[in-house]
Amino acid sequence: MSLHDEVELLRTIPLFANIEPSKLKLLAFTSERLTFRQGQDLCRQGDMGDAAFIIIDGEADVLVENGGKLTSVAKAGKHSVVGEIAILCDVPRTATVRALSDVTVLRISKELFFRLVREFPSMGLAIMRELAARLDRTTSQLTRALGRITE
Amino acid sequence: MEQSIFRYILRYSRKDQILLVILAVASWPAQYASYELPKSIVNDAIQAKKPYPKEATLFKFGLGFEVEQIPWLFVLCALFLGVILANQYFKYINNKFKGITGERMLRRLRFQLYGRVLRFPQATFRNMSQGEIIPMIAVETEALGGFIGDAFAVPVFNGGQLLVTLSFLFVNNWAMGLAAIALYPVQLMVTPRQQRKVNRLGKERVRHVRALSDRIGEVVQGVEEVHVHDTSRYERADFSRRLGLIYGVRLKIYERKFAIKAFNNLIQQLGPLMFYVIGGYFVIKGQMEIGTLLAAVSAQKDLAGPWKEILNNYQIQEDARIKYEQVVSQFDPAGLRDERLLDEEPATIAPLKGEVIANNVSLKDDQDVALVDGLSVKFGLDERVAVVGQSGSGREYLAQLIAHLVDPTAGSISVSGHDVVKAPEAITGRRMSYVGPGGFVFNTSIGDNLYYGLKHRLLGPNPNPVANAEYEATRSETISSGNSLDDYHGVWLDHAAAGAGEAKQLSSVALNVLEQVGLTDDVYNFGLRGTIDPKSHPQTAEAVLKARTAFKARLDGDAATARLVERFDPALFNENATVGENLVFGTPIGDGFNMDRLGENAYVLSVLEKTGLTQRMVQTGHQVAATMVELFADLPPDHEFFQQFSFIKSEDLPEYQAILSRTDKEHLDQLKPEERGRLMSLPFLLVQARHRLGIIDKDFQDAILKARKVFADNLPDDLRQAVDFHDSIKYIAASNLQDNILFGKIAYGEAESAQRVGTLMAEVVQAAGLHDTVVEVGLSFQVGVAGSRLTPAQRQRLILARSLIKRPDLLIVNDGLSAVDPAGQGRILERLLEAFKGRCLLWTMPNAERAGGFDRVLVMKGGKVVAAGRFAELNGSGNGIAQMLA
Repeated sequence: MSLHDEVELLRTIPLFANIEPSKLKLLAFTSERLTFRQGQDLCRQGDMGDAAFIIIDGEADVLVENGGKLTSVAKAGKHSVVGEIAILCDVPRTATVRALSDVTVLRISKELFFRLVREFPSMGLAIMRELAARLDRTTSQLTRALGRITE
Repeated sequence: MEQSIFRYILRYSRKDQILLVILAVASWPAQYASYELPKSIVNDAIQAKKPYPKEATLFKFGLGFEVEQIPWLFVLCALFLGVILANQYFKYINNKFKGITGERMLRRLRFQLYGRVLRFPQATFRNMSQGEIIPMIAVETEALGGFIGDAFAVPVFNGGQLLVTLSFLFVNNWAMGLAAIALYPVQLMVTPRQQRKVNRLGKERVRHVRALSDRIGEVVQGVEEVHVHDTSRYERADFSRRLGLIYGVRLKIYERKFAIKAFNNLIQQLGPLMFYVIGGYFVIKGQMEIGTLLAAVSAQKDLAGPWKEILNNYQIQEDARIKYEQVVSQFDPAGLRDERLLDEEPATIAPLKGEVIANNVSLKDDQDVALVDGLSVKFGLDERVAVVGQSGSGREYLAQLIAHLVDPTAGSISVSGHDVVKAPEAITGRRMSYVGPGGFVFNTSIGDNLYYGLKHRLLGPNPNPVANAEYEATRSETISSGNSLDDYHGVWLDHAAAGAGEAKQLSSVALNVLEQVGLTDDVYNFGLRGTIDPKSHPQTAEAVLKARTAFKARLDGDAATARLVERFDPALFNENATVGENLVFGTPIGDGFNMDRLGENAYVLSVLEKTGLTQRMVQTGHQVAATMVELFADLPPDHEFFQQFSFIKSEDLPEYQAILSRTDKEHLDQLKPEERGRLMSLPFLLVQARHRLGIIDKDFQDAILKARKVFADNLPDDLRQAVDFHDSIKYIAASNLQDNILFGKIAYGEAESAQRVGTLMAEVVQAAGLHDTVVEVGLSFQVGVAGSRLTPAQRQRLILARSLIKRPDLLIVNDGLSAVDPAGQGRILERLLEAFKGRCLLWTMPNAERAGGFDRVLVMKGGKVVAAGRFAELNGSGNGIAQMLA
């Protein structure tokens, strides 16, 4: 896959939808493309994060440690962004992400990520929107869960 | 040291000075003859007032035989030639010997000053910075060398000449003689007085210049603060002020100095005037003959030369005197250590046994504040001792006192019966050691730093006979200058002191010590990036090649690991290497091939031409340049992406933009040659696996492979040494150990490939028995200025290792590991406690947290030891020591 294809792919991701193609090209060019083999961890819960990942191909399992056991809480598939929380707010990784198949990612380093957000406010907005959506999702899940508990 | 420069000169160069005076006097006849002979030639031989043949006379002496005019002319001219030669030869010998004498004395003086710096008490360095010391030894003394050669010869020679001329004058006519020197008293009165002012200003100037260099040194050291606080303008204002001060003083010096000169010249010229006035009056009155007057005028002229020289010399001498006194006075601080302490070499140096006893010890700072206050304590040299005290308790000073880094103001400390103040450093520096916050790493290799504490005395001559003979040849000169007769390149390293029976075993001792301080992994990594010369280390090279094979087998054993490294294969294009590396397919040696600018290399261009690749490379270069310009053009020039990712430096970008805007893809033949070169260099930098520009397709790879073969086959003789071609069974001398084992490129696209390769390589290296060898190679890693290429923690570990390797009976660790993380400190402490069983380890600490493992705990407060004993006894139920400290 060449740079050109990567740019095309990035454009389909909501986070980068509003960024002009030339900047996406720069993003693709300056980020590493890595392959994680099945079973390898993209990141581990508790580690300090120094990069976010955009999954280009393959599927990964998002695992959270619960009483010494790893529980799968979500799946991350093609075109999803993982690991951005840890680099956004400097907290340790909140989950372990493990490759379910061979997973190809673009690895965006923390510096690069922040630089892009600074330089392209639209990207910051997109991230805000994405996080707000997640918060909304989590809140409604929580409300439902609370409702079940009170029942 | 001698307080006056004359005493110093006489003490160390009396014989030379006498010889210089003799040489000066001996040169006088030839000098005189060189003035007089031309006169004889003109008056006697050419003008011939009396008819020839006549008696030959030279300087009014009859020679007792008759000559004809022409032969006489030739004889005199031949004589004149001889005199010229003799005169110049004398001058040459004289100047050379002057230079030698001056330089020897200078060498001696600098050596003595440096020796004194090494004897300075520590307190001196609080008031005197290196910014002051360096120019004193290096620069200020320089001017003295020139003067020392002239110190006696010039005044004696010129004074002699003056006296001789004057006595002739007096004998002929005493009145005229008096007239000739009538104004000397005025000069003798005025000149020194003015000179004293100049001297005072000279001193002031020296002070200002010293302060200036001190300030430069300070700002260089504290440059971080300047940037952090935006004070560069402030600093420049200060510097400008100081330069102004120096200028002002200099100006005053010039005014006075040249006023003195002008005054003396004036007096000089007033001399003839006096003759014309007084002598003329007498001649007209008929009381004196005109001949006498003329003789007096010419005699006065003869006086002028030497008199001027004497006055000149006086000024130079005063200048030198001031400089000398100003330097020497700085090198005589109170508390200068006795020379004996540094030089004494006891017949035997027994291990330290018994006790350390401090008796009523006090230490006061320059403001008379007691840092240690009547402290008395006693502990065994077989005990491990923790000194616990908060800051201000004086714990660090106790450590420094025992190590004899500072002298106690009162009281005494004895270690194994030696009074530390009087014990030679041969004992304190070999049987004891100290690691403090001021530890220093020298700008050399890790190994040299580690072995620094094993080089106390010259143990043997240089084993290389040629180098030794060279040293021996300089020996007598060294003696003449009173310098050190120890050959710096001789054998210094005392491996036996480290417990290594043979020099060869020293490295295994070193490995041991590195392990103790937790530096092994770091040095191992330096070693992997280090190079060896396979010619001098054939076994290592052999072992590395074996490790290369083993590493390959290890990688190939598993599909997951096989992907981590793409090995060099002559038949395949390496996607993780640059196009340039794929073409050259070897390690460049020297500057025959600059991998960043292959497109401008004549031989590479010829290879491209031969393989029909030229056009394609230009096109590709154009494409790469266009992509780079597209990606990076909008970024500010100092953007870090340029450094990290761009093939084109930000400052070169406009140039490429210009090239691109001038020529489009279809008209690349219009490019100028240097533009072509620039464009063609770009594709060589591409790494297929990393850059993913979609330019390096299969077809292109094949073309490069073909070119690779052409490149290797046609390499001209003069470039044959410029490439070490990849060969799986050959050691690559120009590459580091890691690349030699790897023999390929770490894959870009594999997650965590570098770490995984590192782990695998460590396993292979260990299995091949190469680990220690790699660490040894790491010992030759150059640490940079003050160890700047090491982290602070690495520096401190290295400094500790330096103290451990000499196996001291008493080791003092005083805040010497502050940069090491607490866990690391704990591990080191644990290992040292184990290693120092039965020896003395004195460790200072701010609280008792780590004191549990020690045999004895000293609790310090207010400069005194307030409690001493076993940890358990002192600590009682659990916080006894903490209560004592509170």
